[in-house]
Amino acid sequence: MSIPVLAMTASDFSSAQEVRWCPGCGDYSILSQLKQALASFGVRRENIVFVSGVGCAARMPHYINTFGFQGSYGRAPALATGVKLANPNLQVWVVMGDGDACSAGLTHLTHALRRNVDLKILLINNEVFGLSRGQQSPTSRVGTCTKTSPDGSVETPLRAVSIALAAEATFVARTVDVDVNHMSEIFEKAAMHRGSGFVEIYQNCKIFNDGVFEYATDAVIKTDSIIHLEHGRPILFGKDRNHALRLNGFEPEVVTLGQGITMDDVLIHDERAAEPTLAFLLSRLVGPQFPECLGVFRNVRKPTHQQLLDAAFQQGDPPRSFESLLAGDESWTLA
Amino acid sequence: MPGPTLAIARSTIPRGTPQERAAAVVRFAGDLSDGVLLVGTQFTHACAMLGNAVMTIPDPAAEIRAPAGALAGVTAFQCHFAGHAIHTPGDRLDLLVALNPSALRTHIGDLSPAGLLIVDADRFVPDEWAKAGYIADPLQDAALQAFRVLAVPISQLNRDAVARVNLISTEVERCKSFFVLGLSYWLFDRPPEPTFRWIRETYNKNPGLVEAHTRAFKAGWHHAETLGPEFQSRVSQRFLKSGKHRMINGATALALGFLAAARQSGLPMVYAGFPVAPASELLHLFTEWKQENIQVIQAEDDLAAANIALGAAFGGSLGVTATTGTGAALQADTLALAAMSELPMVAVHVQRAGPSLGMPTRTEQADLLQAFYGRNGECPVVVLAQSSPVDGFRIAIEAVRLAVTRMTPVVVLADTYLMSASEAWHVPSSSELPMVLAKQTKADPEHPLLPYSRDEHLARPWAIPGRAGLEHRTGGMEKEANTGAVSYDPANHEAMVALRARKIAKIAEKLPPLVVHGPKSGDVLIVAWGSVCGAAHDAAERCRAAGLSVANVRLTHLSPLPADLIGVLRKYRRVLVPELNAGQLSKILRAEYLIDIASLNKVQGKPFLVSEIEAKVRDLLQAPG
Repeated sequence: MSIPVLAMTASDFSSAQEVRWCPGCGDYSILSQLKQALASFGVRRENIVFVSGVGCAARMPHYINTFGFQGSYGRAPALATGVKLANPNLQVWVVMGDGDACSAGLTHLTHALRRNVDLKILLINNEVFGLSRGQQSPTSRVGTCTKTSPDGSVETPLRAVSIALAAEATFVARTVDVDVNHMSEIFEKAAMHRGSGFVEIYQNCKIFNDGVFEYATDAVIKTDSIIHLEHGRPILFGKDRNHALRLNGFEPEVVTLGQGITMDDVLIHDERAAEPTLAFLLSRLVGPQFPECLGVFRNVRKPTHQQLLDAAFQQGDPPRSFESLLAGDESWTLA
Repeated sequence: MPGPTLAIARSTIPRGTPQERAAAVVRFAGDLSDGVLLVGTQFTHACAMLGNAVMTIPDPAAEIRAPAGALAGVTAFQCHFAGHAIHTPGDRLDLLVALNPSALRTHIGDLSPAGLLIVDADRFVPDEWAKAGYIADPLQDAALQAFRVLAVPISQLNRDAVARVNLISTEVERCKSFFVLGLSYWLFDRPPEPTFRWIRETYNKNPGLVEAHTRAFKAGWHHAETLGPEFQSRVSQRFLKSGKHRMINGATALALGFLAAARQSGLPMVYAGFPVAPASELLHLFTEWKQENIQVIQAEDDLAAANIALGAAFGGSLGVTATTGTGAALQADTLALAAMSELPMVAVHVQRAGPSLGMPTRTEQADLLQAFYGRNGECPVVVLAQSSPVDGFRIAIEAVRLAVTRMTPVVVLADTYLMSASEAWHVPSSSELPMVLAKQTKADPEHPLLPYSRDEHLARPWAIPGRAGLEHRTGGMEKEANTGAVSYDPANHEAMVALRARKIAKIAEKLPPLVVHGPKSGDVLIVAWGSVCGAAHDAAERCRAAGLSVANVRLTHLSPLPADLIGVLRKYRRVLVPELNAGQLSKILRAEYLIDIASLNKVQGKPFLVSEIEAKVRDLLQAPG
């Protein structure tokens, strides 16, 4: 936990730019929670940078009164890596949509994560291309009807959390746009993490993919279709918290407590496990067969990219002087 | 333990005075394992330490590890040395050393009619001919009658020379290059002492190797002495000034230039590069040099490299990247973003033979139009070109100066040939380097930041994160003048397009005057850029020496073109632009100035010969009009 050193409010983080998304867009809620969270960290505005690419989500930096840089399609993680190399003391956030992060930018996303660059990467996933007016995205579910998949998408979607885990991310979480308390909690955990923090946010696109996350947002339905992961706790869900996840060999299965099933059978969540195997298994759970997980999948401490660079710098021979590099190893002097 | 005697024994064979010559060009060719690169660099050092002007070019094998004796494995090193200024590694060879039939086949076409060919007779056996595709002994070929040919049993003589030293067979083979060196040193009367010293220092932990290499060298030298004085010549005229020198290739000069620019501006530097030859040489150098003020990262692709450099520029560092071939096309996207966000980054684009992968190890200059125009939208950027290996140092500093004072991306065009060509460089003292003034905006509570306001150069403020009161947003979207807010206003867009263009054009006002070599007006002006500058200069010199009215100028600022260029062009009856492309600078000059340009184009992956440009100038002089 950081101790706030400045009394700041969310409005201190509002820029002069008029906020423009469609009415009912989940991005409003995300922006609002983000500004709330920023105000609570006590990090001065000038030490925060928001970097984005292209798409609805990528407008985020324009609306936040910190430093901001909107780059090209998908390249935000690389841009942000440059910012961080230039000044390791900055808190650098990357905001990407699913088209941005999982189509054009998948390479840069995975490499930033595997390097463990100290970035907070928010993937705002609405499973559709929004700003380009409604095409299927790499995260669209099979059967999603869009302009480019009028009879339903036939392509297997990528699962962003699985990708992040496979890319060796050290902090991986998922939250949802309408659950403001959960979102704040996750933002804070991501901000506290040293290294690459990756947060997938389920976001409703009112225009092109409305209701796709209803199972995760509807107060009645979600109790049976969402698991809130808690470190060190058994994985339970349901209105009466009597449904649970257990392993049958390598396969997860949903069971109901009682009828011979006891708490001893239930899988315990461990976000700090050295290997991301359990986290990966949880990232593979999708409805309607399974409930989907929200919360922190993985949260481990590893040296950041900058720490590793600094350590490598200390090893071996000390740096040579500028003059000796100018002269090289085989200079000669003519009288 | 007594070492071998280091002095070359005074020969008992009567020797005359070696024939004086103004310049010579030698090439060593063979397998990489024959040590031809080592022979070449040692030979070059021996010449340069005498004060000769030197320029060299290695010619690496097509394959990293080809079978011994194969055509694909032929590696060569060429050295041009002279008592006067030279600007190319030389057209025609005065000496070709071909250590196997494949080397002969690959390089014999470049031997001057009066040239000397030395071959390792031990390698000219049927099995080896076959590897080069010969069906008979090439040494018996009538075509070789035109040259002086020495078939020396180099392998055997080397083995004999080191027989008394206890070595394993690969070590024996490695000594062969020193036999070749000894032979070559005698032929050109180069002093052996620096090479003996190099042997002692390199093999200081192994006295056997010191003795063996020295013996091999002396065997080569003494064998040469038996050839007779008519084989010996020398360049004794000194060209290099007094002071400290080193050999430097174009890649190292560029890298040192960036290092100097970082130092002279006080800016930290972030270098991001994707491994792609020959641009990767810069990545290797910055990694090897590890410096406190430089962060180096191997990026996942060339787009990432450019974006990391640009992100670093936003963050307050000097952002530098280098790439080549298709990587330059990828980086176009980022350069447009840098032009729009008006941030100082430098992208070195090393041109190689394209399009697409083309001939990746061969040189070309066909990326000029891409650097000028190859981005979406109206998007001028600064384009500079390195004109010689040594010039890389100056150009890198100039690129950084323009980037940080004008807040613009700068493309530095280099080419494959310049990256590996080397020449002697008078090492500057660090105290005589120019300062690079980088202005990073300071917060001023009285005057809130207008991130898209302008200074006298039309540059916007460089307002870096970490400084309170300077918070602002930038990026690829059109900016409202002054405030930098995203704007779709039609008039604003047109004004911003014009402003960005004017910012680049304005640079031309403050450039130093063009240096014209030769008559200030006359018949022909050769305008050259990039690596062609060397051959163009030497061609112009030869024409002038022949009494012709020929001037030459080298362009290193390409975008914007120098303001005084049009005045210079108009002073000559004809303007000739020789280029290793299909006519790109010609096209730009015609479009900019509405004047006629004579083009000389070569797109073979090889640099111009001086004689090719000279011949074109003579053609122009004879043409009517």
